[in-house]
Amino acid sequence: MQSAGSSARAGTDLRPFDARAIGEAPALETRGLRKSYGAQEVVCGVDLAVAPGECFGLLGPNGAGKTTTLKLCLGLIDPDSGSARLLGYEVPARAREARAKVGVVPQFDNLDPDFTVAENLIVYGRYFRLADRDIEARIPQLLEFAGLAGRAGAKIQTLSGGMKRRLTLARALVNEPQLLFMDEPTTGLDPQARHLIWERLRQLTQEGRTLILTTHFMEEAERLCTRLAIMDRGRIVTQGSPRALISEHIESQVVEVHGPGIEGWLERARDLAPRVERAGETVFCYAENVVPVIDDLRRQRELVYLHRPANLEDVFLKLTGRDLRD
Amino acid sequence: MTRSRLYAPPVLSLRFVAVWRRHFLVWRKLAVPSILGNLADPLIMLFGLGYGLGAVLGNLGGTSYFAFLAGGFVASSTMYAATFETLFSAFSRMHVQKTWEAIVNAPMTLDDVLAGEWAWAATKALAAGICMLAVIAAFGYASFPLALAVVPVVVLVGLAFGGLGLAINALATGYDFFSYYLTLVLTPMMMLSGVFFPVEQIPAAIRVASKVLPLYHGVEIVRPLLSGAIPQALMAHLAVLAGYAAAGFYLATVLTRRRLMM
Repeated sequence: MQSAGSSARAGTDLRPFDARAIGEAPALETRGLRKSYGAQEVVCGVDLAVAPGECFGLLGPNGAGKTTTLKLCLGLIDPDSGSARLLGYEVPARAREARAKVGVVPQFDNLDPDFTVAENLIVYGRYFRLADRDIEARIPQLLEFAGLAGRAGAKIQTLSGGMKRRLTLARALVNEPQLLFMDEPTTGLDPQARHLIWERLRQLTQEGRTLILTTHFMEEAERLCTRLAIMDRGRIVTQGSPRALISEHIESQVVEVHGPGIEGWLERARDLAPRVERAGETVFCYAENVVPVIDDLRRQRELVYLHRPANLEDVFLKLTGRDLRD
Repeated sequence: MTRSRLYAPPVLSLRFVAVWRRHFLVWRKLAVPSILGNLADPLIMLFGLGYGLGAVLGNLGGTSYFAFLAGGFVASSTMYAATFETLFSAFSRMHVQKTWEAIVNAPMTLDDVLAGEWAWAATKALAAGICMLAVIAAFGYASFPLALAVVPVVVLVGLAFGGLGLAINALATGYDFFSYYLTLVLTPMMMLSGVFFPVEQIPAAIRVASKVLPLYHGVEIVRPLLSGAIPQALMAHLAVLAGYAAAGFYLATVLTRRRLMM
């Protein structure tokens, strides 16, 4: 596996994963997954391997094929070619057995609006053939985890967006899954709600569960994921730990510059930094050593600049481009 | 999805009961308005037309017009109960609320979801049929014990129209789509199936079409049973309804797989 090798080269402290080397069966493994809708190929040969206990991120712009990949992994749609194994079960052939041990937090909340919080959990548990008595016994614990203690009788309409998201997460845990799929778990949440979700996801990883999440928030991926894959136009562009990807693909420092006269300064910048990019009215200078850039900018009174360390978003934009995706 | 998997017969398992129970729990919370909604329309029509038009028409083939209409309306109200459940309600669960999506993320298949919807539609048809029967009996137009045999028949009518409704649901682009089915298929079917008047009134050329309509066969069974007679050609009528139920559900399964799993 290429990604494992490259992570190891970068000397990351986060464990890279090679199933054959460790001798541990992967929690999820796909080979050459392909899926087309009409003439458009949405997933074009995706190879993934996720070790048990990992928090794995699948990153990509809108329309990259992340959700379709998740659906293929869950056996909800059939691939045109390629194979997938989830928790050791071939999917889609044995998807039912696999899904019995998996939890899913979908991209859009699909809680039952006619039910209370507790009823949502009980009804969902029945789909796993759990006895009402057993689910009821777990409800206080699930609600505690979701920060919804004492809200068992609340109607779904009375919950905030963050509460609904947490309830969806609690619902995905009703069967005590070994592995959780989360499709954009924090999209649309305010910072408080997002931090609480992150806290809970860390807790789940510590309990030894495998997490697979899609996101287009780089900050989220950088904070949570032990390893991630960047996906674009149906292909995995690169895989590795967040730090390894940053050190592999991008210079460590960035200076963002904008203001009047940026046109003229852009030409000078090309001599000051090894890589310079322009997006609209902003110039991005990437370098290991940005002192020459900063020194020069101090003399440019008109220009405004921001110096920061490079992050995953820079890698993401470098690999997937700055064009808008709809 | 390969062609063989797309066209494979539905795999039925008892897991569908969990879906049925979910729908039942929702219904329990809304039971009173739901029953009133299901019953008000056919009952107003039955009493309005039965007594109003009945006074003008007098007797119809030896029975009162009210009694004639009662048999037709038991069948047609179960048809509508199963149809509305599989059109508007199922579409909400499939497309708007994404309830189906939530269910198949659990160890449930689309076939389980559809079987649950189908069984639930038949349950709604049963509830509508029983309520109609009770009202008709209260006014003395049901001849017991044979009228009780209507109960399993309305379940079969519910399965026939539930299967068809789920197939239409799989093709729907929005709620408006259903008006085509309701106005272009079901309303003419009401007219051609002997609900309001005997099919003998229909010109012979069109009458042939009646014989292929599931509602016609439902009416042909329900009406005699209500008046305490064994329907003629009972097995043939049951077979047509069972055929519609099986074919409709198979079609619904294939179309829904094509919509959601391709």
